[in-house]
Amino acid sequence: MLTKQFDPLKKKQLQILDENGNIVAKDLEPNLSKDQLLKMYKTMVLGRVADTKAVQFQRQGRMLTFVINKGQEAAQVGSAAAIEEQDWVVPAFREFSTLLYRGAPLYNLYLYWYGNEWGSHFPEGVKILPVNITIGAQFNHATGVALASKFQKKNEVVLTFIGDGGTSEGEFHEGINFASVFDAPVVFIIQNNHYAISVPRQKQTKSITLAQKAIAYGIPGIQVDGNDVLAMYVATKEAVDRARRGEGPTLIEAYTYRLGAHTTSDDPTLYREDKEVDEWIKKDPLIRFKKYLIEKGYWSEEEDQKLYEEYNDYVNDVFKQVEATGFYQLEDVFKYQYAEMPQHLVEQYEAYKHYLEEVK
Amino acid sequence: MALMTILQAINHTLDQQMEKDSTVVVYGEDVGVEGGVFRATAGLQKKYGVERCFDAPVSEAGIVGTAVGMAINGLKPVVEIQFSGFMFPAYNQIAAHVARMRVRSRGKYHLPLVIRMPYGGGIRALEHHSESQETLFAHIPGLKVVIPSTPYDAKGLLTAAIKDPDPVIFMEPKRIYRAFKQEVPEEEYIVPIGKAKVVKEGTDITVVAWGAMVREVQKAMQELEQEGISVELIDLRTIKPIDKDTILESVQKTGRFLVVHEAVTSFGPGAELVSLVTQGAFLSLEAPPTRLGAFDVTVPLDKGEHHYLIDSKRIAYEVRKLIKY
Ligand SMILES: Cc1ncc(C[n+]2csc(CCOP(=O)(O)OP(=O)(O)O)c2C)c(N)n1
Repeated sequence: MLTKQFDPLKKKQLQILDENGNIVAKDLEPNLSKDQLLKMYKTMVLGRVADTKAVQFQRQGRMLTFVINKGQEAAQVGSAAAIEEQDWVVPAFREFSTLLYRGAPLYNLYLYWYGNEWGSHFPEGVKILPVNITIGAQFNHATGVALASKFQKKNEVVLTFIGDGGTSEGEFHEGINFASVFDAPVVFIIQNNHYAISVPRQKQTKSITLAQKAIAYGIPGIQVDGNDVLAMYVATKEAVDRARRGEGPTLIEAYTYRLGAHTTSDDPTLYREDKEVDEWIKKDPLIRFKKYLIEKGYWSEEEDQKLYEEYNDYVNDVFKQVEATGFYQLEDVFKYQYAEMPQHLVEQYEAYKHYLEEVK
Repeated sequence: MALMTILQAINHTLDQQMEKDSTVVVYGEDVGVEGGVFRATAGLQKKYGVERCFDAPVSEAGIVGTAVGMAINGLKPVVEIQFSGFMFPAYNQIAAHVARMRVRSRGKYHLPLVIRMPYGGGIRALEHHSESQETLFAHIPGLKVVIPSTPYDAKGLLTAAIKDPDPVIFMEPKRIYRAFKQEVPEEEYIVPIGKAKVVKEGTDITVVAWGAMVREVQKAMQELEQEGISVELIDLRTIKPIDKDTILESVQKTGRFLVVHEAVTSFGPGAELVSLVTQGAFLSLEAPPTRLGAFDVTVPLDKGEHHYLIDSKRIAYEVRKLIKY
């Protein structure tokens, strides 16, 4: 078991593909098909392009506050690739590439950050909960989804996410504890991107690793190089298989870095040095994965360049569609509060329509 | 005297109180090194050190719960909840402990603490960044709830809150954090908690508002004045305890009453005020005392928020209806 081999209390970290694109643990290299590897890589590139463009759109005043995921694509896609069709994703708010990989249309994701609730209305068959902004709450939701799966023998596993800062919230602990008590089929992923807005990871907890928090709940925990997509895949796969066998939850710490600002409203120069960022740019998950794919003969620089160009156009097109939606109708403000609109809402709605007619 | 925004007045007041009173401690998420996501605490850690101004872990229950302990043991915590939408993990502490320590211990312990938080809509924000939850605090016995609408009052009320022997929820209208500047005296002064302010005297109708809505009412008044409607505007400033006398005196004079708030309508602060006016000024009323609050819905995200926000036009419309009643 990897979680034994890479004991978080001994500060062990699972890495398979190092930052130069070399395989450093041959025996652990996953046997993934060319198709799957390319799907993973392409999703990471799309995540990167869409993320970069969203920041540009925001700067142009066309997009609202956007949560930036640059640098965390391997943690997000490596984990997502390890679950099956029938499984669930319960996100926090920074899992852009996970959601893409799991079939959330870019149109939806953009629409959400564009300030439209319809962005969270994913197409049929996409088993993703809406983005959760209130840190920690999603851990209990994930546990609940997993328990429902277990009780109804649905064979579904749940993948859920939180940030390093989120490990300080009560619900982080409550969710894991609850899941462990009932052996819920859930995999908890901490994306340790080293900052909670301005607060560095070491000011968040005295624990040397975040993975070691698993031990107190009696479940396995492992720290993984979160910029190594293969390691993320392998660690998550082991956890997912365990969960599916009915052996309960696992906690995975993806050791990564937020290369961009916290959101488009944040100014990271207030709290971190460019030098530190530069060090992590060298560990960019896309660079090493591309090298690996080229080395395997699955990919080339030419194809890579073409892919970026293609995605650039694609992202522009999608954003244009999103922009074309503009503001939504008044009815939407009232219609989804309950299955049926109660009298007081009907009255408020009618009175407001009457007002609009009168002032116009 | 210096010209300040509401945000600057808050920063200046925290600085002044920390300087004058070494028991004042300031903390919350991103409050220390960065000086808060809105910069309300900028510079304080540098000036007073990490034991008086610091970054808390992402833990609202922890922030408020530790403030209870600190307040019992000799400090005056002034804690920040980053956005009022994130106070819910702390709500257990607030409702079950902050509000009750004095009564529970029959006065042996009391909590001189302040919980600051930006609130309110109109800033095109993500979910949970636009709500107005004053009722959720005002409904709890044992809490005081304060909302300034000007830089001058922000300083005076925050100073009063810090000096208050009981816990104060200090809600800051973030939409107007930087909207305008006002002369703020350098020296310490107090705007008493529990005292509303007659912003402008008028004869036809009393309008009560607070926070960002005060300015919307003022805009409406420009329109209404041209139509010959004279509004008496009261800035409530303290949601709890309500300044009953100022309101009743005004309504007894004008005979009409409208309360305008950003919070959702049902079971909201407007209901409390309308009840107070109905009982206290019944014989003076020439129209039903009325509330104008937000629809009873979850605050829409940006692409629907314009439907939801109350603006000066709606206020003017409601006032006209009551005048014509
Ligand atoms: C309950 C709650 N408190 C505070 C916030 C405000 N907030 C948004 S992101 C953030 C920091 C989160 O850091 P981390 O968990 O490390 O995740 P990251 O943003 O780095 O992905 C904070 C404090 C929130 N969204 N929810």
